Amino acid sequence: MPDLNFRPIWRYQDQLVEGVLTTLLLTAVATIAGLVIGIAGAVLIRSGPKPVRWLLRIYIEIIRNTPVLVQIFIIYFVLPSFGLKMTPIQAACVALSIYFGAYAIEIIRSGLDSIPKSQIEAGMCLGITRMQVLRHVILPPALRNIYPSVTSQFVLLLLGTSIASQVSADELFHVAGFIDSRTYRSFEVYTLICLIYFGLVISFKLAFAALGRLAFRWPVRR
Amino acid sequence: MALVEISDVHKSFGALEVLKGVSLDIEKGEIVTIIGKSGSGKSTLLRCINALETINQGEIRFEGQPVSTTMPNLRTMRQKVGIVFQAFNLFAHMTIERNITLAPVLTGKVAKSEARPLALDVLERVGLADKIDAYPEQLSGGQQQRAAIARCLAMAPHLMLFDEVTSALDPELVGEVLRVMEEMARQGMTMVLVTHEMNFARNVATKLIFMHQGRVWEQGNPGELFDNPQTPELKSFIGAAA
Ligand SMILES: Nc1ncnc2c1ncn2[C@@H]1O[C@H](COP(=O)(O)OP(=O)(O)OP(=O)(O)O)[C@@H](O)[C@H]1O
Ligand SMILES: [Mg+2]
Repeated sequence: MPDLNFRPIWRYQDQLVEGVLTTLLLTAVATIAGLVIGIAGAVLIRSGPKPVRWLLRIYIEIIRNTPVLVQIFIIYFVLPSFGLKMTPIQAACVALSIYFGAYAIEIIRSGLDSIPKSQIEAGMCLGITRMQVLRHVILPPALRNIYPSVTSQFVLLLLGTSIASQVSADELFHVAGFIDSRTYRSFEVYTLICLIYFGLVISFKLAFAALGRLAFRWPVRR
Repeated sequence: MALVEISDVHKSFGALEVLKGVSLDIEKGEIVTIIGKSGSGKSTLLRCINALETINQGEIRFEGQPVSTTMPNLRTMRQKVGIVFQAFNLFAHMTIERNITLAPVLTGKVAKSEARPLALDVLERVGLADKIDAYPEQLSGGQQQRAAIARCLAMAPHLMLFDEVTSALDPELVGEVLRVMEEMARQGMTMVLVTHEMNFARNVATKLIFMHQGRVWEQGNPGELFDNPQTPELKSFIGAAA
């Protein structure tokens, strides 16, 4: 085992902070955009016109059955030849949103599907609007049912942002490579990076667990 | 004009014709029970009355207005027609209070500040005032069903539909639900129930409908029908139920 010396790395504190922030930014953008895609897509794939359902199906299958790395390369390296040029961060945001969106559609759809038709009917029978039924009757239990999948998909996304390093987006993993190339302290650098990812994920998991306990308090039948 | 006028209603699911020309009037204040074998179309008829199903032929009028899934005042109609299901269908993620007040508040029937008193009032009528803050899963089946009835009552309906509301209950819980329904009947609520409770059909109902193979096979005064069935089908149905 080499002598541990973290001191040379500390000089790159600012870059590390930047890296963490970029990682969080990528995660946040992809989460929000992905959830928007997911909700709209789930509603459309359940009850949209046939061609739209087909297109969504194709989108989901392509994204879920090809490597993210290839997807991000296509967006960063191939799209410019069609006149669509983006910065690395923009390309990463787009790629990760499209990626997360495909999974979000499937998860949210399974949530909507998990609500029995009888519950929806009971809502409609009260003489409230379809949107009110969706909002008050369907969504809360659907969200509870998919909450574990959403949070674990979120974790996969957060860890997956490291792939943006491959198009030189300055996120945490890319910063790690940079520091390593300057200090030759691979062991320390990657140990530290590992701990940071770990800390981020654990913090989010704890936060989600607390949020879940707060939001989903009603007793359920087992 | 009857409260509900059902004339020559046909309803099919695919190739299966479930209702084959049902005609029936329900007057204000009547207690109509519908009996019949499984699959005879009882639930389907009930569901057509508040437009949960689209009918293929014929007409249903509620308070003079033709009922359909595309009628202009569909929601207004449903606010006036309460329906209680076999499986309660309470919303598990809401307290009993919220289950009851959701629709009255969303439809503007009561102000938010009036919601809890309203919930208390209807819960008192079903003997559940102490459960106002409970969640459905914390109640027994009989209590859940009474809460479901209270949820309907909160909308001050002009008509209540009941589809085998005691069939999912343990025998010892059936009575408490039937008593609530008897009390509603005494207070003049117009009610249509599909039921296997022959005593209720005989003693509380003002009209008995026997459905067979998608048709109203016999109808009339409950006592007379029970004591003197005209068709072999009703005769054997009563025999089997007794
Ligand atoms: N949504 C549906 N799709 C297809 N067939 C249906 C549907 N709903 C009911 N049916 C069929 O219609 C027939 C009548 O059903 P219905 O539920 O009205 O009977 P019922 O008299 O209420 O019977 P039960 O006493 O068992 O509740 C049955 O054969 C049933 O299988
Ligand atoms: Mg039925």
